[in-house]
Amino acid sequence: MKYILMMNIPQAGYGFFGAWSQRDIAANIAFVKGMNRALSESGEFVAAEGLAMPDQAKAVRAGKDGAPITDGVFPESKEFLAGYLMVDVESAQRAYEIAAMWSAAPGPGGLPLNMPIEVRQVMSGGAGELL
Amino acid sequence: MTEPLPDAAAEHLLRELAPQALGTVVRRFRDFAAAEDAVQEAMLAAFTQWPREGVPENPRGWLIQVASRRMTDQVRGEIARRERETAVARDAETVAPAGEIESGMDMDPDDTLILLFLCCHPALTSSSAIALTLRAVGGLTTAEIARAFLVPEATMAQRISRAKQSIKASGVPFCMLSPAERAERLPAVLHVLYLIFNEGYASSIGARLQRLDLAREAIRLTRCAKALLPDDAEVAGLLALMLLTDARRAARTGPDEELIPLDKQDRTLWDRAEICEGTGLLTAALSKGSVGPYQLQAAIAAVHDEAARAEDTDWPQILALYELLKRVSPGPMATLNHAIATAMVHGPARGLELLTTLDSDGRFAEHHRLDAVRAHLLEMLGDDESAGRHYRIAAGRTASIPERNYLMAQAARLAEGARGGG
Repeated sequence: MKYILMMNIPQAGYGFFGAWSQRDIAANIAFVKGMNRALSESGEFVAAEGLAMPDQAKAVRAGKDGAPITDGVFPESKEFLAGYLMVDVESAQRAYEIAAMWSAAPGPGGLPLNMPIEVRQVMSGGAGELL
Repeated sequence: MTEPLPDAAAEHLLRELAPQALGTVVRRFRDFAAAEDAVQEAMLAAFTQWPREGVPENPRGWLIQVASRRMTDQVRGEIARRERETAVARDAETVAPAGEIESGMDMDPDDTLILLFLCCHPALTSSSAIALTLRAVGGLTTAEIARAFLVPEATMAQRISRAKQSIKASGVPFCMLSPAERAERLPAVLHVLYLIFNEGYASSIGARLQRLDLAREAIRLTRCAKALLPDDAEVAGLLALMLLTDARRAARTGPDEELIPLDKQDRTLWDRAEICEGTGLLTAALSKGSVGPYQLQAAIAAVHDEAARAEDTDWPQILALYELLKRVSPGPMATLNHAIATAMVHGPARGLELLTTLDSDGRFAEHHRLDAVRAHLLEMLGDDESAGRHYRIAAGRTASIPERNYLMAQAARLAEGARGGG
């Protein structure tokens, strides 16, 4: 079963990240790299990506002629997707364990951030027999 | 060297030989994990070399020799593991001519069977057992298996490597199990083969064209198991079930890969040869006397396959078979299918009554199949509003996109019918 784990960060959090000490930033990056390596070694890693800061993010919709109409991001958006991790695991429980591990990534002073991680099952293209 | 074989033929030959070569190398070096890597490397070398230069006169001996060299190299510590994988194609050029290769006298015809039991070890998770079985017994490459399950190759390589470590840690020797142990472990082996089939059967046509056809691979492996255990009725039952189910593959999806349920399928698209073979196998298996769950499921599939039109289906016979299945192998899925058959014979109200027993069944109470079946039976009863509601609940609970699309379409059809009818 594949699950996607998404880390959403409050818009204010991005500025906050910039205020970390070099040592704290390095510790956070090392933790995430180590976690991904461990997941690859356990045969569960599928993909992981971090997303660029939301400053340049655009909201796009199709105009009447189909051409893109771009907008700045909505000021009312409270949270942004900072990155995601996709895993292939035996159970939902295992996906939650991995999410908890990621949530505890170190922040300032090496203390766990305890960021909320949204866990969603990824749908498959396959289907069993119907009726 | 003989004439070069077309790629597909060389590949077929290689896959047949892979577990035989592996058995010999394991016995010689007494290290399953390392031998399995060595044979995989020999296979990769053969994949590049045989189609181009022809198949050696003694192909199995060739594989054994190349793999044994890898093992010796490893023992000497001459080449690090990761380097070997890239070096193997180049090194294969220097393999001795066929005459020098041993005849493979230490080969045992039961090796494939020993490997199958080893790879389907109860200590492994099902995803690990599946991956290892496909590689060690099926002779597939890590890359092919990774593509089939849509995970990175490195992840699949680790999954296989860890599976082998677990087997090593469990301390099972590489030898034939006693008949009693074999009987005890066989259900786990059959379950792994069944899961491989299901993975392939469930995948859409598009996915099958781009990836490996796992349903076909499962049938090939089960055929192999059947040849090695000719007297076991459940192995034959599983093979029959696979064939009788696979026969309907072309009819179960429409042009846009939308799911078509059994009663709406174009039955002229069903594969007669597979139905015929499956029915023959099943008849022979049933005559052996010990009826197990795979034979019963195959028998149910056979009754469906025998009906030229959906309305010709012999539901009383299917109901009787599900009653037997519920007794032999009880579980929520058996109860669910039994409820459908009951509805078809005694009416939807009786079927719905049976479903209520599942509402208190912990995790299954939230299974999308329960809502899908309830919706179907409610529709049979004429309660379109409740039926639509349960189709939508089921759509929200399934993790399969084609199923969700089908269930949403059913809900929409009922809603439009209600509007159209005023």
